[in-house]
Amino acid sequence: MSVLLLALYLVVFPGILFLLGFGLFSEWYDRKLTARMQNRMGPPWFQPFADFVKLLSKEDITPQGVPARLYAAIPLFAFAAVATAFLYVPVVGASSPFGFPGDLVLILYLLTLPTVMVFLLGWTSSNVFARIGGVRAVSQLFVYEVPFFLAALGPALALETWAIGDVVAAQRGGLWLVLLEPLGFAVLLIALQAKLERVPFDIPEAETELVAGPLTELTGKKLALWNLSKDMALATGAALVVALFLGGPTLPGVALDGVLGAAVAFAAFFLKVLLVLLLLAILKAALGRLRIDQLVDWGWKVLTPAALIQIGVVLVLKAGGWL
Amino acid sequence: MPEMELPIGPQHPALKEPVNFRVIVDGERIVRLDLDISYNHRGIEKAAETREFSKSLYLIERICGICSHAHATNFAKGIEALMGVEAPRRAQWIRTLVAELERIHSHLLWLGVAAHEIGYNTLFMYTWRDRETVQDILELISGNRVNYGMNAIGGVRRDVTDAMKPRILEGLQRLEARATYYTHVIREEETLLIRTRGVGRLSTDRAVALDAVGPVARGSNVGFDVRRDDPHLAYSEIPFDVITSPACDVFGRVEVRAHELVQSVRMCAHMVENLPPGELMAKVPRAAPAGEYVSRYEAPRGELVHFLRTRGTDKVDRLSVRTPTLTNWPSVVEAIQGHVIADIPVVVAAIDPCLSCTSRMTFVDVDAKRTSSLTWDDLVEYGMRYYAEKEGL
Repeated sequence: MSVLLLALYLVVFPGILFLLGFGLFSEWYDRKLTARMQNRMGPPWFQPFADFVKLLSKEDITPQGVPARLYAAIPLFAFAAVATAFLYVPVVGASSPFGFPGDLVLILYLLTLPTVMVFLLGWTSSNVFARIGGVRAVSQLFVYEVPFFLAALGPALALETWAIGDVVAAQRGGLWLVLLEPLGFAVLLIALQAKLERVPFDIPEAETELVAGPLTELTGKKLALWNLSKDMALATGAALVVALFLGGPTLPGVALDGVLGAAVAFAAFFLKVLLVLLLLAILKAALGRLRIDQLVDWGWKVLTPAALIQIGVVLVLKAGGWL
Repeated sequence: MPEMELPIGPQHPALKEPVNFRVIVDGERIVRLDLDISYNHRGIEKAAETREFSKSLYLIERICGICSHAHATNFAKGIEALMGVEAPRRAQWIRTLVAELERIHSHLLWLGVAAHEIGYNTLFMYTWRDRETVQDILELISGNRVNYGMNAIGGVRRDVTDAMKPRILEGLQRLEARATYYTHVIREEETLLIRTRGVGRLSTDRAVALDAVGPVARGSNVGFDVRRDDPHLAYSEIPFDVITSPACDVFGRVEVRAHELVQSVRMCAHMVENLPPGELMAKVPRAAPAGEYVSRYEAPRGELVHFLRTRGTDKVDRLSVRTPTLTNWPSVVEAIQGHVIADIPVVVAAIDPCLSCTSRMTFVDVDAKRTSSLTWDDLVEYGMRYYAEKEGL
């Protein structure tokens, strides 16, 4: 790929500009789906963008006793981490042009950063709600991160590669890993839900308990940027699930080149992301919020063992030579 | 983490009305809880003393937005008793019908709020959608969705005509299906169960000792219901079961309300089908002879008491309102002990607090450990002084 094309990929499609639109779209799609499931109308398609613009125009307040520069930098860090993670997820081809052996580990690392930022935000806010929310975010991190990693590494283990491009390429024939590792897929979805702090895992932000949790003091541009990073994290998380378990942008039996091939690949990718977002929305609409102690209990007694069982199954299959 | 103070209220997303909890927490665990109520004193009791009975009725209907009919009916019932008249039978039945419809709307509202407090917004949206049905029925009967204005001293102002009956029954049929569905949901929905079972425990003995009323008491297996134990209106003529739950926790309170929904829907259907013929209003005198009366009523939240004193005029000499929320507060403080922050919203919501109806004015001298009521003149003087000092008026 030429430098110009790479720059285009980085900045426009499917880089940062696309990700902005994709993130906002994901938020709208999620909200609309949830609303319909709850017998409501739901927002019009431009609502997330309108919210974003409105927040940009609002007063930007830094509370007293807060390290102002660090506080302002936190949403930027989260934004940058998620935007970078998305670069390595295959969108139009079997692999991202920036892909390298080991990019899967990098994505997982980058997707953890926003949670660390949530904690920092809560801790520096000098607000009791934010502080409790921040502590909850970290407690929750220790619960879901282990099953998340285990479930995400299942495909890598099965295919003996750390490159996300290779994982996608191996599923090209239509034997998606969700068929081989259904349990891992389920665990990854649930852990992703927890990572994104959505119901039933919206414990750090529990509105009726902690107002807005770590975000309580966040206003104006900072909040706009933060919400945007959350939308992007939703889109990136869904795209990661698609790449790992649903064959990414590939379609079985379709091998086209050039622009048409890229378009078909993108369409396949997009539809699969919609499916994953639908599953996440169902999870959100069907359940109430857990308590942090219940989550810790359930996470270690059910979710992590489930992920381990899946890893065990993969290992047995490999040892037996069936894989 | 060190112990810290979590201020919940007077403005907080979990609260729709002003109340303040100073919660001392150690990490997530609640160490101590102080309660501060009465942020919204409206002087209704005093204002009622300056108006004739019929005008007071409008005022008293507006004590509470949700149990408006409860207050108005209880007041009218008390004044009628003091006057020595009785509302006609048909009027009693219509009052009871609206009372039970109000209970349905209140319990559906509450179920939604409780679900929202534990982040279960889908149930919230569902119950509030179904609440529209009962509000439509109330609008059909009274012309209003919230303050029905059905009562007058001596009877009711509007009739339930035969033309209304099919539409009411149709709505009730839908409501019965939904209420039955909710009794299943609360038993089977996993997140709802783990967030309510064993949370906010209040034993039967403590519920009695702390004077809990209504669904809070019945959720702790106290079989007390004014509708049965001190029958008023038409309750002695209508078949219904008093629902109690042996669970003694938030789940018990949810269960009681869900099953009361089903009961109320059936009572309403029974009343619409068997509405007795007759007059709507009795002839009443303008003034009531001197006397005192304690008027009791089973509001959706529990026993509502109006103390009424008359002096042979057309105004009350003293009206004292004791709302169920006021008497249920101590049980919250007890039930919240030993829990975590996440349980506060649902334990508080479990008594279905209706805060602004609760506010009463008492003068407390903390140093002298003495409480007293302010006289009207004291209050006027205090008001003058306050505005002179604070506002320079």
